[in-house]
Amino acid sequence: MIAVSYAWPSILVFAAAALLVVVGALGVIGYKNPVHSALSLIMTLFGVAVAFVAQQADFLAAVQIIVYAGAIVVLFLFVIMFLGVDHKQHVDVEPLIGQRPLAAIGVVLTVGGLIALMAESHWVTGVKSVVTSGTSLQSGTANVHQLGTAVFTTYLFAFEATAALLVIAVVGAVLLARRERSPHEAAASDEVDA
Amino acid sequence: MNVPAAWYLVLAAILFGIGGFGFLTRRSALIMFMCVELMLNAVNLTFVTFARTLGDIGGQATVFFVMVVAAAEVTVGLGIVVAVFRRRTSTSVDELSELKG
Amino acid sequence: MAHVTTLLLLLPLLGFAFVLLNGKNMNESQIGYVATGVVGLSFVASVVTFVLLLHRSDRQVTVHLFNWIDVGTLHVPAAMLVDPLSITMCLFVTGISTLIHLYSISYMHGEKDYKKFFLYLNLFVFSMLTLVLANNLVFTFVGWEGVGVCSYWLVSYYFDRDSASSAGKKAFIYNRVGDVGLLLAMFLLFSRTGTLNYLGVFQKAGSLSPTVATLVVLALLLAATGKSAQIPLFNWLPDAMEGPTPVSALIHAATMVTAGVYLLVRMSPVLALSSSGRLTIAIIGGVTAFVAATIATSQKDIKKVLAFSTVSQIGYMVLAVGVGAYAAAIFLMVSHAFFKALLFLGSGSVIHSLNGEQDLRKMGALQRFLPLTFPTFLIGWLTISGIPPFAGFWSKGDVLTNVFAHDKPLWVLGVVTAILTAYYMSRLFVLTFRGTERFREVTHGHDPHESAWLMTLPLVVLAVLSVLGGVLDLPWIHHNSLAGFLSSTFGYVAPIGAQSTLSQWGLAIVDVAAALVGLAAAFSIWRSRSEDERLTPPFLEHVWYWDDFYDATIGRPLERVAHFSDTVVEEEVIDGAVMGIAGGIHRSAEGVRKIQSGFVRHYALAMALGIAVIVVYLVARAG
Repeated sequence: MIAVSYAWPSILVFAAAALLVVVGALGVIGYKNPVHSALSLIMTLFGVAVAFVAQQADFLAAVQIIVYAGAIVVLFLFVIMFLGVDHKQHVDVEPLIGQRPLAAIGVVLTVGGLIALMAESHWVTGVKSVVTSGTSLQSGTANVHQLGTAVFTTYLFAFEATAALLVIAVVGAVLLARRERSPHEAAASDEVDA
Repeated sequence: MNVPAAWYLVLAAILFGIGGFGFLTRRSALIMFMCVELMLNAVNLTFVTFARTLGDIGGQATVFFVMVVAAAEVTVGLGIVVAVFRRRTSTSVDELSELKG
Repeated sequence: MAHVTTLLLLLPLLGFAFVLLNGKNMNESQIGYVATGVVGLSFVASVVTFVLLLHRSDRQVTVHLFNWIDVGTLHVPAAMLVDPLSITMCLFVTGISTLIHLYSISYMHGEKDYKKFFLYLNLFVFSMLTLVLANNLVFTFVGWEGVGVCSYWLVSYYFDRDSASSAGKKAFIYNRVGDVGLLLAMFLLFSRTGTLNYLGVFQKAGSLSPTVATLVVLALLLAATGKSAQIPLFNWLPDAMEGPTPVSALIHAATMVTAGVYLLVRMSPVLALSSSGRLTIAIIGGVTAFVAATIATSQKDIKKVLAFSTVSQIGYMVLAVGVGAYAAAIFLMVSHAFFKALLFLGSGSVIHSLNGEQDLRKMGALQRFLPLTFPTFLIGWLTISGIPPFAGFWSKGDVLTNVFAHDKPLWVLGVVTAILTAYYMSRLFVLTFRGTERFREVTHGHDPHESAWLMTLPLVVLAVLSVLGGVLDLPWIHHNSLAGFLSSTFGYVAPIGAQSTLSQWGLAIVDVAAALVGLAAAFSIWRSRSEDERLTPPFLEHVWYWDDFYDATIGRPLERVAHFSDTVVEEEVIDGAVMGIAGGIHRSAEGVRKIQSGFVRHYALAMALGIAVIVVYLVARAG
């Protein structure tokens, strides 16, 4: 029984978000074709974005769509195409014995346990972030403003660190994806440069 | 009145479970990666929910950083996938078992 | 006096050390004379000590050398007890040792391990003196073990002969079995009296219960049977004849084998407390004397006859101890030392002259070729047979008279044994020196030659002692002779004085008659033949199959146990357990190794299950 004290629009929104998320997730793990899985992933991400908006995390919803759905999934699709695995994969036979049942048991136990734990502690952890005032969610100010202030003042060090991380990631990715050049090609390119 | 936080948390847990099950069950490296993304999203959802419940912007800031790191991770991870599976026909991780005892 | 006695004890040890360190720079004669010299000086020291002791009113002096063991209530000094008993032993031990050392200089000439021989012989004399001079059981035990070890070394002197090294081992092992008895006696005495000094034990002897006293006596008897070759531990002695003849003469006739008798005699105050113990001793002595005598009649090796003769004579000594005639036992011991050493050295001379032949069947008619060996051997023969007026008649007669006073059945056994003794010794004499020549092939047609003066001189000395030795304790002068001298140690006087003159004469006549019967029988039979199957039956020749009996009941079963241990216990159980553990670990590791499958998803699954367990635990704890 759903309590009718909640406003029905929010229930509707929640239902929509939930539907998108769950169906998309099941699609990711269910489709045989990786391209289909990627597209299901987009659906899930969209549902999560909806949930973000419902929770007054507007900026994050936008970032979710732009970065996750826009960049990361596209990157996935690039790699799928590059490796040429955009055809049906065999999922019926599980070569490792007992993997599926055990995985199911493990996951069910974990999820159930987490829910039970949260229920038992009345759905709040009671933990606020370490730094006190200045990080509280203010209803009046715009979400971007608040989030920006927090990131650039309280969490500045983490911001700089993640910036460095991004640079390293880019360099790493370039290095990993390099194709080994045969000596003939190396000599040819040297000639061209010289 | 918004929907109680509990519902979103349960939703996040379920999303986490589905992502975990998919990670353990699918053989393709790329699908496994996508399942990891699912799990990360579940975590993000949880953080945002708690940010709303506790009135703390720190939750959202955390999600911000998680997304950044997830992006970096996908970059490098897919780079590795490309490097490993470049010369193979399938992306099955079961083939990468040379480090067995 | 203390200094002289200390010299007495230490001179042979000094000789041992000197030859040990300098031996390679010394030639044969030097080694021989040094070794003989120290023992000779030791004899002189014994005489001096004896004279000094005589001049004292209290004939009991303790000479303390150093504190040896001091643990809790156990105080064991390295100290000497000089009293009539120990000085008597010292006198004849050093005296006969000197003669035998002298003899050996010539006898062992040319042996490749000449130095080794004299080393061990000196060490032996030192150990024997320690044994008899010690004032406590532990120090005695040191000497006890010392003589055992030297005996082992000297018996297996020709160690490249299998039979010799086996004989050495046999001697040592039988001795060790007997040693258990001595150790048990020590433990019992210490636990009950708190001391191991002889004088201390004797003082507190009254506090021993009869059962404990009997146990102690039986334990000591066990030790004595081991060292002195009595039943049931006697069959090492004939095998010990593998050693050179001087060794047989010194160790296995005159000295070491008397150590057991000495121990029993020394512990006489404890023996006095247990009549059943004494009875056992007497029976063992009597039976051993008889059995050994029967065996001696059928031996074909000259030294074996003498070996069994030794066992038999010691049986007489043990018998005497059993009936309480301690002085008689010592008298027999001393005279036995004279004539047995004489007989052994004489046989050595015979063997030497026949290029090492020891088989009686290849001897005969040596009378005219050995002008010094023959008469001395004859004297020895007459002495042991108990013909008056030689020492054997007096000493054996003394023993038998005492036995008669206490135990008639054993006396009969003793007399029968005397007949047999005369018989087998006469057989030996006849086969060696009379009868027909049977030795020509071993001497390659040459005449046998008499031995050098170094060998014949000791023979002569011993012969004189055998003739005159009776003087030590003639029956009518007991109080002024050996028995009287020893009485301060024993507190007894031999019961001879209590017997009527008529019974004494009667017994003497019986003794002489027994000797003559045996003698005559042997002469008539063996004058004309050298072998006779009926008179040397295999049963007697093979020591009543005693060795075979031990072999079957102890030897083989133990061998089987050893084999079982080697194959089953060692290989299957122990190795199996150890290798099994190793194998088990290996196998379990192989099993555990399969967890590392190399599949990423397996590892991920493991992580997932681990997380599930933690979550469930948290839920359970919270709930």
